[in-house]
Amino acid sequence: MKSNLHMYVMAVPLLTAFLVNICGRTNRKAIAPLVLGALGFSSLLAIFVLRQTLTFGDLSYTVGGWTPPWGIELLVDPLSALMLLLISGISFLATFAALPCVKRDLEDRQHIFFTLYLILIAGLMGLVLTADAFNLYVMLEITSITTYGLIALGRGRAPLSSFNYIIMGSVAACFYLLGVGYLYLLTGTLNMAHIATYLPALQGSGALATALAFILVGLWIKMAFFPLHGWLPRAYSDAPDGAGLLIAPLMTKVTVYLMVRLMLTFQSPAFPLLSMDVGTLIVWAAAIGIICASSLALGQRNLKLMLTYIIIAEVGYMVGGAWLANEQGMTGALLHIVNDALMTLCLFLAAVAIAYRTGSFHFDSLKGLYRKMPLTMAAFTVGAFAMIGIPPTCGFFSKWYLLLGGIEAGQWQFVVALIFSSLVNAVLFFRIIEIAYFGSLQESEHHGDAITERQEAPWWILSPLALTAVLLIVVGLSTGPLVNNIIRVMIPVSF
Amino acid sequence: MTPIVSFWPMAAVLVSLLGALPIILSDRQPNLRESWTILIALVKLTIVASLLPWILEGGSYVFTIAEVIPGVPIELRVDALGMIFALVASCLWLFTSIYSIGYMRSLDEHAQTRYYASFAVAISATLGVAFAGNLLTMYLFYEMLSLSTYPLVTHEQNAEARASGRKYLTYILGTSIGLALPAMLITYSIAGTLDFTTGGILAGKASPEILALLVVLFLFGFAKAGLMPFHGWLPAAMVAPTPVSSFLHGVAVVKAGVFAIFRIIFDILGPETLQQADLGWIVTTLASVTLLVASLIALTQDSLKRRLAYSTIGQLSYMVLGAGMLSAVGQLGGIMHLAMHAFGKITLFFCAGAIYVASKKKYISQMDGLGRQMPITFTAFFLGALSIIGLPPLGGFISKWNLVIGAVDGGQLILLLVLLTSSLLNAAYFLPIIYRAFFADPPADAVVGIKEAPVLCLVPLCLTAFGSLLLFFFHDPLLRLAQLALAP
Amino acid sequence: MEDIAAHIMAKYNYWIYVVLMMIGFYAMIGKRNLVKKLLGMNIFQTSIILFFISTGAKKGGSIPILDKYAALQGAVDVNQVVNPLPHVLMLTAIVVGVSVTGVALAVMQRIYRKYGTLEEDEILLKIENE
Repeated sequence: MKSNLHMYVMAVPLLTAFLVNICGRTNRKAIAPLVLGALGFSSLLAIFVLRQTLTFGDLSYTVGGWTPPWGIELLVDPLSALMLLLISGISFLATFAALPCVKRDLEDRQHIFFTLYLILIAGLMGLVLTADAFNLYVMLEITSITTYGLIALGRGRAPLSSFNYIIMGSVAACFYLLGVGYLYLLTGTLNMAHIATYLPALQGSGALATALAFILVGLWIKMAFFPLHGWLPRAYSDAPDGAGLLIAPLMTKVTVYLMVRLMLTFQSPAFPLLSMDVGTLIVWAAAIGIICASSLALGQRNLKLMLTYIIIAEVGYMVGGAWLANEQGMTGALLHIVNDALMTLCLFLAAVAIAYRTGSFHFDSLKGLYRKMPLTMAAFTVGAFAMIGIPPTCGFFSKWYLLLGGIEAGQWQFVVALIFSSLVNAVLFFRIIEIAYFGSLQESEHHGDAITERQEAPWWILSPLALTAVLLIVVGLSTGPLVNNIIRVMIPVSF
Repeated sequence: MTPIVSFWPMAAVLVSLLGALPIILSDRQPNLRESWTILIALVKLTIVASLLPWILEGGSYVFTIAEVIPGVPIELRVDALGMIFALVASCLWLFTSIYSIGYMRSLDEHAQTRYYASFAVAISATLGVAFAGNLLTMYLFYEMLSLSTYPLVTHEQNAEARASGRKYLTYILGTSIGLALPAMLITYSIAGTLDFTTGGILAGKASPEILALLVVLFLFGFAKAGLMPFHGWLPAAMVAPTPVSSFLHGVAVVKAGVFAIFRIIFDILGPETLQQADLGWIVTTLASVTLLVASLIALTQDSLKRRLAYSTIGQLSYMVLGAGMLSAVGQLGGIMHLAMHAFGKITLFFCAGAIYVASKKKYISQMDGLGRQMPITFTAFFLGALSIIGLPPLGGFISKWNLVIGAVDGGQLILLLVLLTSSLLNAAYFLPIIYRAFFADPPADAVVGIKEAPVLCLVPLCLTAFGSLLLFFFHDPLLRLAQLALAP
Repeated sequence: MEDIAAHIMAKYNYWIYVVLMMIGFYAMIGKRNLVKKLLGMNIFQTSIILFFISTGAKKGGSIPILDKYAALQGAVDVNQVVNPLPHVLMLTAIVVGVSVTGVALAVMQRIYRKYGTLEEDEILLKIENE
């Protein structure tokens, strides 16, 4: 159906970005309502778009009136509508907590921060919406450039981390662009659905394999798929708290979504992209990546750094799941995109809340936090359980599908890696829970209720945190409808 | 009979989960907080008991919470087997709540609010395990039980508690994620469902090799049942306050493990399927070894609670052994032992706690002559011990008798030998305690003036000891439930 | 030998882009100076731009400015004009490349202000000593 509804979901934050830059310069008080208003509006609209797609099917908008396959098409189907909702919803929640952090860290540069922030969000939405391979490259670079800027605003070694990210990110983008160039040479079109129609005729072509390989490697660098992850831990942990809240849950997940989307678009009975032997290799790589990243996470003594390694391991979950090339694995990968974004948001919010009060992300500063910040820690615990994969939190259910996919495909190395990673996550998080629960042992030896002052984070951080923690369980319990109505519909029958 | 759709099973699970809230909110008013606990326990018992008549008539209740995975909703289903466990758990929780008040106040423990709240969540999880309608739901509540008991195990918050907490989670969470979860997924990918169905869901679908793998994964995966070599967490968990040890590590947690294994053998793998694949020996061998070794270790323990813990490990294996016999009588014995042992063991733990409250004594070697100062406690201890050993006129006799008959019926004479040897060992590690307490002379430097524990500790332990007696004379409802569980 | 030479010559545009790309790649990975890394990145991007442009070229093709009416009547021989699309795409890519370079230079300025050097080893040493 023709509609321009979804275009506004993206346009509103994009236009507000400039407004924030202009108004925020003179009046800092205007920033919060502007940003929250734009993102809140986008979220509501995204819900509406999702409902529209579920009732009427895909919505399409052609930019500038040029009809596809020549013009750029913004296409939204139930799955991308879900992603749209995820992006707008998460950025809306993250913004509440980002506001006080940015106010503290970047007092006189708030308007710059939020300009970049909003453009980044618009770029992420554009990634999800666009149906054009080259436009995707542009969106990819819009998100990347804003992210470079946001990270460089951080303290300490942030500029250097940002620079490394720039180099790696540009290589990734160039690879992707090169792959698109090959595809264009081969098919003469840039519209992804249109490209897919030419692919069966090109089966077995070396140039096509090169094109797909370049595109995949490009996306893998962007999503930090092990061993192409080197840039991520420092870049994400050095970013200012406010930016980390947005980047960590969304960037890698959206890139994974792009990979899955390409796979689903190109896959057809006549062109069985997924049943190529290369799939097994990728699943092996994912399994090794999961194990290595989880092990690296064990070595960290800094909460934020540890979380970044977990993000890398989770990327392995999704890439592996998608390349299992069966319905369960694909369902698991898509579901995990949603769930992992929420889990990461929850944990990062908790980390930021803790650091807001204690001033540090180091494990030593977590002592006795269950007494000091009971609500924060309760939410953190829920997030931790989701990461470990304990029902009924959502993390369990996506892991369920991923494991099931691994078992059905007979890829036991993937199953072992997932179980290993769950166990490592259990160790990681219970280590933290233990530190926070026991505090320093000498102090708590005595009996009787010690009166410790409650020092919760401000409501701006606490309320999105609590809401996200609740969401983890709500989404977990509504896995059934989510899978049946949205995800399964999108997976082609050719599996 | 078609199951009745009813919210009441859910209410039974929810009442203590939601009840944790008023408990937390009345943090600063201990009397109010404890009133809440008792009230919740009463309400819970009432709800569970109100479900009983229909179950005894052979019916069942069902309630679907959420549709999560195709063919596997999160669903509660009350049947006879679940009813036994739920009744035992909710009944004993009431006693434990009363006992907790006496125990915790006498020792002036810290963080009592957290204690009562975690306890309430744990009992919810226990009922969830009992009422789970499929394996996924059971796994959910099983994990909830593991996690909600962590703050209870580590209640003391000292170095020892931390080490025990680590051990506890490593064993319990490690096995459930590492072994039970893959087993569950393999089962699902073969059978396409996880519903508990009498006779199992894998009949004719899985090869003997896969079945054998599943048996091993499940038996060790539900490590709460304490099968060796995954038993180490139970003695470690004894660092918890005694009411926790008595209820959770004598009844709820450990029996959740055994109950899970019951469900696996009866309703997932299916006794007949196992019989055909000739896999019962795996279960019985593991159980027999655990049973004998645990009893032998129990003999060497001087700490009363640790001795009880090893005794529990042994007794749990009785139940697993009964299920593994794959014969109706043996299974009957296993199921009934779940209830009989619960009453016996909780009495013993209550007594151990009462002794500690009254005299601060933890070790058996210190208890010479103590029985003369605390006659009621030690009489109850005597009754509990007799029940565990399996002597009439106490409940334990009935279940053990069925187990013995099961072994004879099945022609498994080795198992008969194991059962008898173990009973002798049980007697060998319990009776000396009673002898010391009543007949040995107190040491010269004994503290004089030790009195019985406070009334709130004493009453529950008398009641549970009395319960063990009653279960011998009035075991018909239990027997009926156990029979229904095996052949609805 | 001649075959190979002929092979290379036939597709010389691809070979140039590959060689350029490798040079850029080497500079990014092998050099420890941040400016050189950035230059490498620019060379890398340029090689891809070259690749795209060269794919649009046709022997004897002229600029793609067409008479609207002739085009509508289908009187245009596509072999006579170069493909304009790669050019358009690369205009965008150049813009992207310039923006990335700009951001990178700005970030580099901050690094220099903070550490007084742009040699990666020295920066890392200073970070360690902090």
